[in-house]
Amino acid sequence: MADQLTCQCRKRLSRGFEVEAELWIPLDHAPVAVLFGPSGSGKTTLLRMLAGLERPDAGSIVFREISWFDSGRGIHLPTQERRAGFLFQDYALFPHLTVAENVGYAAPGETAHKLLETFGLAELATSKPRALSGGEQQRVALARALAAEPALLLLDEPLSALDAPTRVRTRYELRRMLLAGGVPSIVVTHDRMEAVALGDWMAVIVDGRIRQTGPVQEVFRRPADLQVAESLGVENVLAAEIVGRDAGLLVLQVGEARIQCVDSEETGTVFACIRAEDVAITRQMDQVSSARNRLAGRVRAVIPEGALARVELDCGFPLVALVTAQSAAELALHEGETVSAIVKATSVHLAAHSSLQ
Amino acid sequence: MDWQAIWLSIRLAASTTAILVALGLPVAYWLTYSRRRWKFLVEALVALPLVLPPTVLGFYVLLAIGPRSPLGAVYSKLTGGMLPFSFQGLLLASVLYSFPFTVQPVAAAFAGVDRKLLEASWCLGVSRAATFRRVIVPLSLPGIATGAILSFAHTLGEFGVVLMVGGNIAGVTRTVSISIYDSVQALDYGAASATSLFLLCVSFAVLALTYALQRRIWAVWPIN
Repeated sequence: MADQLTCQCRKRLSRGFEVEAELWIPLDHAPVAVLFGPSGSGKTTLLRMLAGLERPDAGSIVFREISWFDSGRGIHLPTQERRAGFLFQDYALFPHLTVAENVGYAAPGETAHKLLETFGLAELATSKPRALSGGEQQRVALARALAAEPALLLLDEPLSALDAPTRVRTRYELRRMLLAGGVPSIVVTHDRMEAVALGDWMAVIVDGRIRQTGPVQEVFRRPADLQVAESLGVENVLAAEIVGRDAGLLVLQVGEARIQCVDSEETGTVFACIRAEDVAITRQMDQVSSARNRLAGRVRAVIPEGALARVELDCGFPLVALVTAQSAAELALHEGETVSAIVKATSVHLAAHSSLQ
Repeated sequence: MDWQAIWLSIRLAASTTAILVALGLPVAYWLTYSRRRWKFLVEALVALPLVLPPTVLGFYVLLAIGPRSPLGAVYSKLTGGMLPFSFQGLLLASVLYSFPFTVQPVAAAFAGVDRKLLEASWCLGVSRAATFRRVIVPLSLPGIATGAILSFAHTLGEFGVVLMVGGNIAGVTRTVSISIYDSVQALDYGAASATSLFLLCVSFAVLALTYALQRRIWAVWPIN
């Protein structure tokens, strides 16, 4: 397993906050890895340590069997020798240079010229960065980083400087560009939609610690603990007790209600995580199918969110459902009414309680 | 008007400015980016000529470059000449006297360059020295120009230091301000007022230029 990045680093920041990250990224399986975490969780600091812009207090960073940092052996490879391209949040283009000069900054010549063409920047070659739109600046920054032929690309919130409509459009384009660049990338983001759209692999960082790493789908499907689930934006995180096992299904006690879910190795007190999209609402109270959980709940509020409506239910515990605005209108939901919430057993995911400290 | 003195002053100011820019840029870089704890001591030392009476500075320079001092001894061994009451001695004193006028605007300009641009350059594999040359200096040109102009103007008008270190030798150390003083002493008010007016106009023009640079009123300035 040579084609990987491992990082075990500790750094105390001035405000007393400590980043203590154990990160492992398999570079061959994961062209784009996402470092996901809420604001202030230490993800940018971790990225800067990888780039050599911050020096960890202790630990080691090994990239493809080359030691970038090792406090024990006194190794701290200078930024220039790591060949890690860095994309800054606001792109940090050189304002006194033209687009072509920016892209050719590290190595003017054929490569830089080709990248200008590839990224559709040929017509802007003689413009100064301040004349460009956010999306164009991003392309220049990416082309500039790739022109230096990096071994790894580090991107710090690459989409946050764009306005909302551009951001959504650019997500897929950015992934396409990263894959076309052929350089393994690590993208820092706090936006779960970006994480899903950009990444193959993800690491979740909360309070300066890596809580979970794995394929993106896997992490979203099975958050390792409560804080990971909350940071991923899983709306319903319910304290539950395992009260029985039956034919491959677990029976959970949540408040007064019982919920079935797919069996896992957990025991005792757990958290049941249910995405709001996975909660359906119906007025039919009778039929009970075995694979479905049917919960009676009182409508507390219906909040329109564009094409969707957010329905807050009281099932003895708060439960949030996200339905289309159309079906909310058809159901004619009113506050105080009792309806049925339906959740498939396969949509209930358990997060262990033990890691909650 | 004493054209000989004016020409001497301009030569002195131009040489001083050239040396100061060469010397001031690395010092300003160090002052801006160093994280040494004792940096404040160097900052205070650099700013000293701003508050010290020119006569005090001139006195110490005179002692330091005298033939009995190590510096003066080395100089006379190398060149056969002596520093006090020579153009070279005057030049050395002027450089010290105008040092903060170069270093402070330049350091302020360096500090104004977004640190991320430097980091971006390092991440592209470009060394710190090359980053200084290719990013910091071009982005600090207005500050560097301000420092150079202020140093030039300051040297042009200096009096106390010249009197202490250079004396009053026509064509060698008699600068504009000394010439004006001489004219007044000789009750030649006509010559004094002509030279004074010249100095006044030059000073005003230089300051106007400096403020204009700081506001970047010209579209042709390299930043654009």
